[in-house]
Amino acid sequence: MTETVTRQPLGAGSDEVALITTGAEAFSPPRRPTQDLALVRHRRHRRTVDRVMTVALASCAAVAAVPLLSLLWTTLSHGLSRIDPTFFSQSMRGVAGVGGGALHAIWGSVLITLTATALAAPIGLGAALWLVEYADRSRSLLTTGLARAVRTVVGVTAGLPSIVAGLFVYALIALVAGPGYRSGLAGAVALAVIMTPVVESACEEVLARVPGELREGALALGAPRWRCVTSVVLPTARPGVISGVLLGVSRVVGETAPLLLVAGFTDSMNLNLLDGRMASLPVYIYSQWQNKGVAAAAYDARAWSAALVLVVLVLALNLTARLSARWATRKER
Amino acid sequence: MSHLKLDRVSAYYGAFQAVADVSLDIAPCSITALIGPSGCGKSTLLRTLNRLHETTPGARVTGQVHLNGQDVLDPATDPVEVRSRVGMVFQRANPFPTMSIGENVLAGVRLRGRRLSPRVAEQVVERSLRAANLWQETKDRLKKSGVGLSGGQQQRLCIARAIAVQPEVLLMDEPCSALDPASTAAIEELMVDLKADYTVVVVTHNLAQAARVSDQTAFMSVDRAGQPGRLIEHGPTTQLFNAPTEAATGDYIAGKFG
Repeated sequence: MTETVTRQPLGAGSDEVALITTGAEAFSPPRRPTQDLALVRHRRHRRTVDRVMTVALASCAAVAAVPLLSLLWTTLSHGLSRIDPTFFSQSMRGVAGVGGGALHAIWGSVLITLTATALAAPIGLGAALWLVEYADRSRSLLTTGLARAVRTVVGVTAGLPSIVAGLFVYALIALVAGPGYRSGLAGAVALAVIMTPVVESACEEVLARVPGELREGALALGAPRWRCVTSVVLPTARPGVISGVLLGVSRVVGETAPLLLVAGFTDSMNLNLLDGRMASLPVYIYSQWQNKGVAAAAYDARAWSAALVLVVLVLALNLTARLSARWATRKER
Repeated sequence: MSHLKLDRVSAYYGAFQAVADVSLDIAPCSITALIGPSGCGKSTLLRTLNRLHETTPGARVTGQVHLNGQDVLDPATDPVEVRSRVGMVFQRANPFPTMSIGENVLAGVRLRGRRLSPRVAEQVVERSLRAANLWQETKDRLKKSGVGLSGGQQQRLCIARAIAVQPEVLLMDEPCSALDPASTAAIEELMVDLKADYTVVVVTHNLAQAARVSDQTAFMSVDRAGQPGRLIEHGPTTQLFNAPTEAATGDYIAGKFG
């Protein structure tokens, strides 16, 4: 209704001006047909804009979802053909053409990723604990300066191209073991370099969300700081920490470039992390695709099936991480 | 009996002085209420008494607080040891969400690294919950989470947790400000029971509460924002409420500011 008031041409007539200035009636001035038309047009315009924008934004959401669904469908339709017992029970040793499996690559991925997690999770969580629980509460300039430096380094490392992490570890290991040395452990170290900042920032966020009043409650009971952290802060943050670690795992489990550099590829089973090349699922996909033998279709099928296994693994990890976080918020209530 | 004696206590947050030169004798086994307008530093003063103030980055304290002759604020005094003698209940009930009701009561004992036999632990839980008037409501659900209790029950659980470690002094920082009248009445009743064994210092915005429960009242005030809070007047509650010696005290009690 105020719209009609503002649209009233000023000084259109002395009686109208009087109406506007006298109390409640001012808000419903007499309508003239021309004004009503303008109002209707304005409303219609608004409704059209609203509809157009709704459709446009919904299309954006749909377009964003299409590639993912298409990817899942393609992987599923191409990959299912080799999801058979042989695929999960055999390596590629001595296989040329049809047959063969990815057991060695699955084991390689599991071992390398677990080792990377064992390295990255404690370092990431430890760094986050130090930053949130100690450095941020410190009044020493040295500590706060060091904390700022650590945060900068973590931020930069989080954006590090994964192949650079691979090259870095390659160079590092070449110093000790000489050039050309490849092993699952080197691959795990490279993945840990990528994973640590992911875990660290996730844990930092989760720890910062633990209410300060719980810390004060523990301290006021006479708890030493470290026990306040281990008995109150960490248990409260645990589901979030778990989901942070799982997100880190799903980030590195599909990494190809660093593993290609430092863990290499092999057709055979190798369960020794310390010695010799070790296959992994991403590198397996790459090598099947790149080095097709006589029966090219069999190589394609194996690559797709390995891709499917990898996608399912990543989805499962993401889902677990989300569920773990949701379970935690439900319990807090 | 725990005699708490403050001697020219000043508290700072960085360059800002929140409390200036408070000297105060707190009688043992009584309830002392700290009243005053918002921002007068009463909560800050309370938090210096168990050295919780210094856990805020940049915060510091000067002056002395004697607890049975020992200076609590002395840098040589271990703050962890002080806090095990001076318990605290906060404005918002803060039971530990990952612990059951029983574990919450025992948290103070366990957080200090002491182990209890199951039998002793049971006794401590029952004694503390009884002392906090919470035993009847919780005895059948000790293994359930403390977060499921009502606000007033949570606050009584926090009181049980604080007294489970048998402190000498109990500090309460607006313990009822988040509670409904019925829960408030339950806590007030509990406070009166507690003063038989503990020296209680309570910060409150609720003047009627101060008048109802406290034996001694200390009135703090601040001239204007940015100035430190000062102790204006301290005395027996009835005297302070009925015949205050300072004009500011009378004005505050009459509701003229604050």
